Amino acid sequence: MQLTQRAKSVDRQPLTWLESIYLWNILKGMAITLRHMFMKKATIQYPEQQRTFSKVFRGLHVLNRDEAGRENCTACGLCAVACPAEAITMEAAERQPGEEQLYREEKYAAKYEINMLRCIFCGLCEEACPKDAIYLSQTFAPANYARKGFIYSKDELLIPHPITDREAYVKALGDRQPPHSTTHTN
Amino acid sequence: MNQYLIAMDSWYILEKLILIGALIGLSFFIAMYTTLAERKIAGWMQDRMGPNRAGPFGIFQPLADGGKLFFKEEITPTSSNRFLFLLGPALAMIVALITSTVIPWGASYVGETRTVALQVADVDMGILIVFGIVSVGVYGIMIGGWASNNKFSLLAAIRGASQMVSYELPMGLSLIAVLFMTGSLKMSAMVEYQMQHGWNVLYQPLGFLIFFVCALAECNRTPFDLPEAENELNFGYHQEYSSMKLGFYLFAEYINMFVSSAVMATLFFGGYDIPFFDETAWQGSALVLSALTFAVMMAKVSFFLFLFIWIRWTIPRFRYDQLMNLGWKKLIPLALINMLISAALLLFLNK
Repeated sequence: MQLTQRAKSVDRQPLTWLESIYLWNILKGMAITLRHMFMKKATIQYPEQQRTFSKVFRGLHVLNRDEAGRENCTACGLCAVACPAEAITMEAAERQPGEEQLYREEKYAAKYEINMLRCIFCGLCEEACPKDAIYLSQTFAPANYARKGFIYSKDELLIPHPITDREAYVKALGDRQPPHSTTHTN
Repeated sequence: MNQYLIAMDSWYILEKLILIGALIGLSFFIAMYTTLAERKIAGWMQDRMGPNRAGPFGIFQPLADGGKLFFKEEITPTSSNRFLFLLGPALAMIVALITSTVIPWGASYVGETRTVALQVADVDMGILIVFGIVSVGVYGIMIGGWASNNKFSLLAAIRGASQMVSYELPMGLSLIAVLFMTGSLKMSAMVEYQMQHGWNVLYQPLGFLIFFVCALAECNRTPFDLPEAENELNFGYHQEYSSMKLGFYLFAEYINMFVSSAVMATLFFGGYDIPFFDETAWQGSALVLSALTFAVMMAKVSFFLFLFIWIRWTIPRFRYDQLMNLGWKKLIPLALINMLISAALLLFLNK
């Protein structure tokens, strides 16, 4: 009974004398390894040299600000609901008078944590967010010595301030367009 | 008169002491950098880079490895025989270092007042001493494996012993054919013979092949590294060893490689003979000639070391029955035939 087209019959003939002293086949093998010595290496010298990620690569999360440096997040909790891995927790707080330059709307996230060990980097939080407040960047979570180091708090997730730290802000944005039409709302 | 003799002897002893020290240093140096070469070449052959972080091109990697071994915790198993446990790696190391004494490393420096041979001892039975001492090397493995009081180590040690004993036979037989030609056991005489008549490998290609295969087996190198088969015997005879005791075993292996490369170069590839050049016609300073011949010797040794490494990263390990079949059923008959044919030819040609 033939189960597959790709089956190969095994050659069970005893070795010929020439094969039994292994020499010829060993020489053939050595030619292969010698050829490989001069081939191009697949190594990427990591810290100095990094692979470019694809445009749709989903890495570490970033909590976004608008052009004026105000946090976009309103702690609506849609990302936490959308998250299949239940990696996101947050606590909401009301914006006090005088904090308008900090938070874009009346409600903001006082606490915002993502557990990077739970996170599966699916990007559903980014899709769920109505305020463009969270997106996945093109960097991945670096290694850490403790489990609790992987629970990223809000200050680790927030994008650098676009006015006081412009350079880091643009770097964190990466290929993304700077947020538009948000500066003039409210 | 008496005083004069003593004065001469003390110079002689000093010269030999310096030579011995230099040789030991050289052995360690070469062994260190063979480990680096091994890892680099392994990397290249597997389309990788090999270690390249410690210093430029990774040249400080051996120092880092050695330092790591020194600072590692040293564990002696409670049920082991402490004295023998220590003797194992010591013996392996001593034996590996002794063999380099009889090998001529370069042309003698002929000065105005005295001649300095680049060879610690030019013994009449040079090559036999190498063989004798290499045979003692098996005790390093046996004692280490036995003293560990571990079944895997003991099994590996027994394998190692049987392998070394089996492969010494064809090694000796292939050597006999060479000795027919050179007519002397003295290493320096062998090199001189090859300088005049051409390298032995031209007349004894099969003999060299057998000798090389046996040298691989004697050094416990792949494809004959059954004593340290990590997938079946958990690293074999040095499984219980840690820290620098393990380092000594590993180091001894590399020194053995170095010495057997030197022996092969001396026996079959003309030793320190510079190819296509007549050393006796040299007009320049004797010191330069000595240095040149030494460099040529090292180049030959390096070639063999590369060959060892190249083979290691090409061929998988032999099965035990394959090992014994190859040794007893293939190599010994081949070596015997080689010996008989060369004897007959020599008789026929010399009448």
